[in-house]
Amino acid sequence: MSQNDLVLDVRDLSVSFRTGRGKVRALRHVDITVPKNKIVGIVGESGCGKSTLINSVLRLLAPNAIIEPGSQVDFLGDDVIKMSNSQLTDLRGQRISMVFQDPMTALNPVISVGTQMTDILYRLKIPMAEKRKRAADMLAQVGIPDAQRRLEDFPHQFSGGMRQRICIAMALMMNPALLIADEPTTALDVTLEAQIIHLMKELREKFECSMLFVSHNLGLIAELCDEVIVMYAGEVVEQGEVHDLFHRAAHPYTRMLLECDPARIAEARQELPTITGSVPDMIDLPPGCIFAPRCPRRYEPCDASPPEPYAVSDQHSARCFLVRDGR
Amino acid sequence: MTTAIEATEAGAPIRREPRFSWLWQLLRDPLGCFGLILVLLIVFAALGADVLSPYDYKALDIKARLASPSVEHLLGTDNLGRDTFSRILHGGRIALYVALVSVGSSLVLGLFLGMLAGYGPRWLDNALMLLFDAVRAFPVIMFALAVITVVGPSLETIIFVVVVTTVPGYARITRSATLSLKNTEFILAERSLGAGTIRVMASHLLPNLIAPLLILASMDIPVVITIEAGLSFLGLGVKPPTPSWGSILNDGYSFIRNTPWLVIAGGIPLIITTLGFTFLGEAMRDVFDPKLKKDR
Amino acid sequence: MLLYTFRRLGLAVLIVCLAMLLLLAAIHMVPGDPAGIALGPRATPEMREAFKVKMGLDQPFFVQYFNFLTNVVTGDLGTDVWSNRPVATMIGEQLPHTIALAIVGLSWSILIGIPLGCFSAVHRNSLLDKFTGVLSVACIAIPSFIVGLYALLLFAVELKWFPAIGAGDSGDLGDQAMHLVLPGLAVGLGWVGYLARFVRTSMLEVLGENHIRMARAYGLPTRRITYVYALKLAILPTVALLGVGVGSLISGAVFAEIIFARPGVGKMVVDAVNTRNYPIVMGGVLVTTMLFALSTLISDLIAAWLDPRVRQGL
Repeated sequence: MSQNDLVLDVRDLSVSFRTGRGKVRALRHVDITVPKNKIVGIVGESGCGKSTLINSVLRLLAPNAIIEPGSQVDFLGDDVIKMSNSQLTDLRGQRISMVFQDPMTALNPVISVGTQMTDILYRLKIPMAEKRKRAADMLAQVGIPDAQRRLEDFPHQFSGGMRQRICIAMALMMNPALLIADEPTTALDVTLEAQIIHLMKELREKFECSMLFVSHNLGLIAELCDEVIVMYAGEVVEQGEVHDLFHRAAHPYTRMLLECDPARIAEARQELPTITGSVPDMIDLPPGCIFAPRCPRRYEPCDASPPEPYAVSDQHSARCFLVRDGR
Repeated sequence: MTTAIEATEAGAPIRREPRFSWLWQLLRDPLGCFGLILVLLIVFAALGADVLSPYDYKALDIKARLASPSVEHLLGTDNLGRDTFSRILHGGRIALYVALVSVGSSLVLGLFLGMLAGYGPRWLDNALMLLFDAVRAFPVIMFALAVITVVGPSLETIIFVVVVTTVPGYARITRSATLSLKNTEFILAERSLGAGTIRVMASHLLPNLIAPLLILASMDIPVVITIEAGLSFLGLGVKPPTPSWGSILNDGYSFIRNTPWLVIAGGIPLIITTLGFTFLGEAMRDVFDPKLKKDR
Repeated sequence: MLLYTFRRLGLAVLIVCLAMLLLLAAIHMVPGDPAGIALGPRATPEMREAFKVKMGLDQPFFVQYFNFLTNVVTGDLGTDVWSNRPVATMIGEQLPHTIALAIVGLSWSILIGIPLGCFSAVHRNSLLDKFTGVLSVACIAIPSFIVGLYALLLFAVELKWFPAIGAGDSGDLGDQAMHLVLPGLAVGLGWVGYLARFVRTSMLEVLGENHIRMARAYGLPTRRITYVYALKLAILPTVALLGVGVGSLISGAVFAEIIFARPGVGKMVVDAVNTRNYPIVMGGVLVTTMLFALSTLISDLIAAWLDPRVRQGL
């Protein structure tokens, strides 16, 4: 895959947070790529660094965050880490856009939907009527009936599913090259989830943008994404092409995640399987593999030094000594 | 707060904080520390007024009328030649006396009424809440003026007015704490085991209420002192020759064109006191109730 | 919205009626002989009786209250004990001065307090924010009459920048405005502090909300996010609070009117207290209480109207 085919190329990204207890190393040496016109999924438990990763891409980190030296976030050839504030403003909403988790709180309650949408177009020097027409078009495309009239309405006049459609419309207003979706369906119920996922898939093809899709729902990832990244405690533990990864999961953590997924549990069991233990303290890191304390297949090399990514196949790698040693 | 944690059901982990840890926390806050120093200064001055006063606060000295500050009269004299510094020291007694008596009565009365509203029948609760709303409907000074018109100005009138207008605050806090405690399981359990209502209330409610009520009290003290001084400034407070910071300001106001010293001197103790108690109250709130802190 | 307005209006009337009931009850309860205090120690028992009959104080309590309310509804607040002029007319003459003062005080606090609060929230934990925080608390703590006296001393007596006393020539608006500057400051300074703190807190709350994060993610200009997206929401509770503020502004106005020798309801009532002019005091208390209730009502309505969620829900 040549460089030019990549929309996003994150290399060696490490982010820490200063806290009263010490430095929390939330992301460590993360490498991910998003190719053009592809959907890349990120999975992991809560607190694994998914949000920190996407916030770093947009440089929307909390004030106590430190991006460690050597980190690189290349977006279409520009390093986001080195961008000035005006370049960032130019980037956000225009070239990279985002759909948030909870549509109920993502829209400003006292500003009309039309104004919130046309505000995103503030960079364009076109008359207001034209902007409103574009906003109405966009709303119609995400399936909001009577779009022209509903521009006057306020967010509370829409249902949760409708609001998420509006958020998607807003994200696509400036036709961005990359759309980041941060668990866009977690707050919605299951029937709406399918509709929204279908809509996003359809619109992605229409607008020809790449997508970074964050979720903890493996079923969704399998259905929607081309590539998957599995994160654990601030590290990428496994990544690869979606079918390859799901069928030949190499990292014990990925395997356990797959076992825990309720959708995958065919037979009715008495209790749901869980991963014992919890995410390690990211202030004092163990010298070896980060997953070792919870790993059922832990052996000698795991405690000595952290594993590198080892190739499972040409499009699939995992940070696990089991892969290196062929066990 | 230690007591509050220990008072929860047996078996729960008891977190024992070192004794007086809150005091250290208070002292670590620079503003709280500053407030405490100012309050101690005022209390010290008021308690020691008899010893510290260079003159009798009633003593007239017609030859030294409206004198500017000097070695003999640290803060000058008033229109009757009385030593302002001595009068300020004694005025502090009046201010603190009014504040402590009325805030104390408000606290006790509010605690009682709040428990009554929270624990009593529904109609009583509604009636009391309506009454509290009615009290809040007055501009405080106007209410005070109306009462004074009928019963005449005096220390007791001021205390009465202040108690009536500040009781709702304490009662509301107590009421909501009572209501939220009333239906918790362990209270129901204890009552079913035969514990008397009064005992249950006293052992569970009070420890939780001490902090918020004390915070409110320390916030109310400057308000009360302001009302006393304000009414005395209007000539409707304590009767002369009893010294009050307000009446010193009143004298100073009459002679503001002759000498600015009296007004300046009369205002300073008021500023020190109100600032001191307010800063202290703010710091106490931050220490006792971190939820209310909100990024401060 | 209309129904809500009427409901709130009804509630306001009820509260004012209750407040007056409470006042009369309090006066009734306190030991003391109003007639004796009004007429002085040398009054004969006959004079006292005559006074009581004249003031209606001989009637049972609830009859007094009922008479008072019916008189109020017909616009009759009684007559001045000394000049026999109707109290309603006298208050009508003084009220505009007090309202003007309250509005100027409120404007001072809005114009300084709200931007200060916004600034503090945006530059949270900066040195200036901490300074503003201390300053706000100080503004709240210092009594308004101290501010008034010191302002009078400094700006009027010593520096002579502003006129010291009176309300200015009735024909000359500029002169009247100059006479309002210092009293307005005295009345409003405390609320500068309140508003700054309150706006800061609610701004910080709003700035942490999800939709602000989304606006940032869409690259909207920071100024628009702060002053439109966040402020529009943060201002709602502040607007509702302003009505409550008028109550303390009226209390402050009493002192400002005395200190700056301005005409107004506050000065009239204080003068009436000194001359035991009971009808004027009661009328003044009633009118200011009504003013307070009305401003709370108006600010509640404005806050409701500004919030589309409430406006359309009503």
